[in-house]
Amino acid sequence: MSRRLLTINKLSVTFGGLHALKDLDFYIDEGEIVSVIGPNGAGKTTFFNMISGMVTPTSGDIIFKGESLLGLDPNQVTAAGIARTFQNVRLFANMTILENVMVAQHCRTKQGIWGALFQTRPFKREEQEIREHGEKVLGFFGTRLVGYRLDQPAAVLSYANRRRLEIARAMATKPTIILLDEPVAGMNPKESAALTRLIGELRSDWGFTIVMIEHDMSVVRDVSDRVVVLDHGETIAHGTYEEVSTNPDVIEAYLGRPAEESA
Amino acid sequence: MSAAFIEEPSDEELPARRMLDQDWRKVFKYGLLLALVLVFVALTNMPVNLDRRMLIEPIFSMGYLSLFWLPAVFGLVVCREPVLAGMPSYAKGSREVLAGSLVGLIGGAGLSFLTLLLDNFNLREPLVNWSPQLLELLSFQRDTAFGIAIWLPIGLVLGTFGGLTHLLSATTRRVLSWAFVSVIAFAVFETVILDLSEGFAWLGAEWLVDELYFIRGGLTMHGAAVLAAAGSLSAAFGRDRAHRAKERFQALEGTSRTRANTIGLLALAAALVILPLFLGGITNELLANVGLFVLLALGLNIVVGLAGILDLGYVAFFAIGGYTAGILTTANRGESWPDWMPQFYWGTALVVVVILAALAGLFIGAPVIRMRGDYLAIVTLGFGEIIRLLFLSDWLGGYTGAAQGVTNIPGVQVFGLATVKGTDPRAVFYLVLFFCAIAVYVSWRLERSRLGRAWMAIREDESVAEAMGINTVNAKLMAFVVGAVLASFSGAILAAKVGSVFPNSFIILVSIVILVVVIVGGMGNIAGVIVGSVVLIGILGGPRQPGLLQEFSEYKLLIYGVLLIWMMLKRPEGLVPNVRRTRELHQDEYLQDAWLRGEIDTDSEPEDDSHSNGNTGVLPA
Repeated sequence: MSRRLLTINKLSVTFGGLHALKDLDFYIDEGEIVSVIGPNGAGKTTFFNMISGMVTPTSGDIIFKGESLLGLDPNQVTAAGIARTFQNVRLFANMTILENVMVAQHCRTKQGIWGALFQTRPFKREEQEIREHGEKVLGFFGTRLVGYRLDQPAAVLSYANRRRLEIARAMATKPTIILLDEPVAGMNPKESAALTRLIGELRSDWGFTIVMIEHDMSVVRDVSDRVVVLDHGETIAHGTYEEVSTNPDVIEAYLGRPAEESA
Repeated sequence: MSAAFIEEPSDEELPARRMLDQDWRKVFKYGLLLALVLVFVALTNMPVNLDRRMLIEPIFSMGYLSLFWLPAVFGLVVCREPVLAGMPSYAKGSREVLAGSLVGLIGGAGLSFLTLLLDNFNLREPLVNWSPQLLELLSFQRDTAFGIAIWLPIGLVLGTFGGLTHLLSATTRRVLSWAFVSVIAFAVFETVILDLSEGFAWLGAEWLVDELYFIRGGLTMHGAAVLAAAGSLSAAFGRDRAHRAKERFQALEGTSRTRANTIGLLALAAALVILPLFLGGITNELLANVGLFVLLALGLNIVVGLAGILDLGYVAFFAIGGYTAGILTTANRGESWPDWMPQFYWGTALVVVVILAALAGLFIGAPVIRMRGDYLAIVTLGFGEIIRLLFLSDWLGGYTGAAQGVTNIPGVQVFGLATVKGTDPRAVFYLVLFFCAIAVYVSWRLERSRLGRAWMAIREDESVAEAMGINTVNAKLMAFVVGAVLASFSGAILAAKVGSVFPNSFIILVSIVILVVVIVGGMGNIAGVIVGSVVLIGILGGPRQPGLLQEFSEYKLLIYGVLLIWMMLKRPEGLVPNVRRTRELHQDEYLQDAWLRGEIDTDSEPEDDSHSNGNTGVLPA
C-alpha cells in the first residue's frame, strides 16, 4: 500500500512468570485500519500499553517511522504521534468537555509560564488555536459534544458519549496512529454502526491510521483492512477478516475444540 | 447541594411525632458525648484560663462561654434530620424539646460528676489541670454541693433551649441568632474593635466604644443590650435587602455580571489599600501576618490544590527565602562569609532569593516528583526537616548562625520614602499586600493556561495525563518551582519584618498549618485560600503569630484539629470551595442535580439531534 509506519519485532513481555506477550510481530502501513481481536486475557491491552509506553517490553523492538519507541515515556510516544483511548474509559471527569480536548494538545503547544503571566500575543493566539482545534475534533461527533456541553464536566456524559469524548481527546493530540481500545463497547447496535462509520471517516477525512481492539465482529468486519488474532500472548492468525474468520485456530481459540476431534 | 430542586414539602399537613416517640439510644449517645466533651473542655483548663476574660461585665466570662455553648448546640443537633426532597418528614414538636433537654441534662450530669470527683480525689499527677481553681469555677465560687446541683439545671435549660430552637420560625431564629452573634462577636473581638476605634476616632467611635465596653474589658450590661437590639434589628430588616441584592446579582448575565464582579474586586482592592490608614497597630500587624500566610498558602495551593502534589515540607522554601534575604541584607553576617561581600539592598536580595528558591524547588522536586501519593508526602516531609536542620547545623553555622540565627536584618527602604520594618506594621502590610497581589495574579493566570490545565489533568489521573502527551515530570516541577518562589517571597518579607530569622521559625508545624489553611479555606480556590488564612491565622493565630483571639493561643492546635476533623466530615471541599473539587467530592449529588436539571444525556439519540437530547428538563441559564 504505502509507507510502513509501525513495525514490531519479536516483542515479549513477562509479568513474573506470566508471558503476557510472546515474540509478537506486527506492522501497520499508513492509512490502514487493523483490528486486534482475541479472547479475554489474550494480551490485547498489554499490546497497546506497550506501544504507548506505559509498559516496558522485556525484549523485542517497536519501530515507529524508522525510530525505536523503546525507552520513551508515554508522553514522548504521544508526542511522536501515537494516541490512544482506554478500554475502561478514563476521562478527566471533573474537567469540562472542552478542557479534556484542550489538555490533550499539550504536547503540540509550547506556551509556558511567561506567556500566561504577561498574556503575550503568541500565548493568546495559541490559546485560541487550542480552543478551535478542540471544538473541531468535538464537532466530528455531531452536536452531542459541543454547544452548551463544552463547559460541562465530562462526568455528566452518557457512557457512549464518554467513549466518543475519549476518541476526540486522542484525535486532539494530532496523532498519526490512533489506538482504539474497544471503541464501541457498551453501545447499542445503532450507535456502534454509527461509530463504525466514523472510524472509517477518521481514516478517509482525517488521515489517521488506526489500530483497534474490538470484540464486536460486525465492527471488525466493516472497517478492518487486516485482522490480527492474539491468544495467550501470541499471534495465532493474521489476514483479512474473511481469512481470519474461517481460520480453524481462531475458531478454536474462541469456541474451543470440537468434541469429536479432542476425543 | 443535594436535590434542592424539588420544592420543599409544606409544613402544614405534617404531623409532629409524640413526645415519647424518641430514638432513646441516639439521645443517650449524644448526651454521653456531650458529657465527655464538657469534661474534656473543662480538663483542658480552657474555662479557668479564659475566666479572666470578661465578656459581659460582671456576669459572664469567656471561660463559662467555653462550656455553655456546648449543651445548646448538642440539644439542637440531636434532632437534626436531613430533609429529603420527596420523602415525608415530621413537623418539629415537643419531641425535639424533650430530646434537647435530656441531652443537656446528661451533659450537665457529666460536669456535676466531675465536680464531685474534683472535690474528693486528687488526680493532679496525670491531669495537670485537675486544680482547685477548676473546682471553684465549676461550683461558681460556692460550696461543692451547689456546684454539683447547679450543673443539672444549667444543662437542662441550655439543652432545652437548643431543642426549642427547632420550634422557632425561621425569622425568629435568625433574629435571635443575630442578637447572640453580635453580642458575642463584639465581646470576643474587643481588642480589634478598640484598635479600630482609634483609627475612626474622628467619627466619634471612641465615645461609642467607651459606652459599650467596661474599663477593664468586657461589654457593659447596657452595651450588650444595645448590641443585641442592633443585631436583631439588622436581621429583621436587613435580610430582605441582602437577599434581593444577591438575587439581582445572580440574575446578571454575561458582560454585566463580569462588570459587577470587576467592580466588586476593585472596591475590595480599594478598601484593602485605604483601610489600613485608619487601622491601629494591632489590626495592621494581624493583617500583615495574614498576608504572609496568604502568600504561603497561595503557593502551596498551586502545588497541592492544582497539581495535586501533597507537599508536607513546604516550609523549606519559606526558610530558604527568609535565610537568603536575611543573610544578604544583614549588618552582622556569619563569620564564614568573605569580607568583600557587600550588604545588599532588600530588593536586590530578592532577585537572589527568587533564583535560589527556584533552584531549591528544582533540586528538592527532582527526586521527589517521581513518587506518588503517600510516598511523596513522606519524602517531602523529610526534605522540609532537612533544610531546617541544615540551617541549624554547625557545618553551615558559620554562614547561617546556627541556633543564633541571623539577626540585625534591616527593614526595606522603599525609594527612600519609607522604611518597612516590624515597628511599622502598616508599611509591612502594604509590602505584603503588594506581593499577595502578585501571587493572586500568578495563580489566577496560571490556572487558566496550558500549564494549569496540565496540572488539573495530572491531579485527576496522572497515568492518563502522561498518555495524553503531558510531560508530567516537567509540569509537576513547574508547580514546585512556582510554589517555592511564592513561599520565598513570604520568607523574605518575614526576615525584613521581624529583623531576624531563626531555625525554629521554620518548624514542621508551619508546613502543617499552611496545609490546614489551604484545606479549610478551599483547596484549589484563590478566594478560599485567602478566607482560610483570615479565619485561621487572623482569628486563631499562626504557629508563632498571635491572632485576634489571643486568649485561645494555647488551644490553637486543639481548635485547628477540631476544625479540620469537622470540615473533613461536613464540608471536605473547604469554606470557599473550588467548583471542580466540589464536584469531585460530591459527585453523586452533583450528578443527581444535573439529572434533575436535565443535563445528563441519554444514550439513545439520533445522530444529528441538537441540544434537547429527548430530555424535557430545563437547560441551565
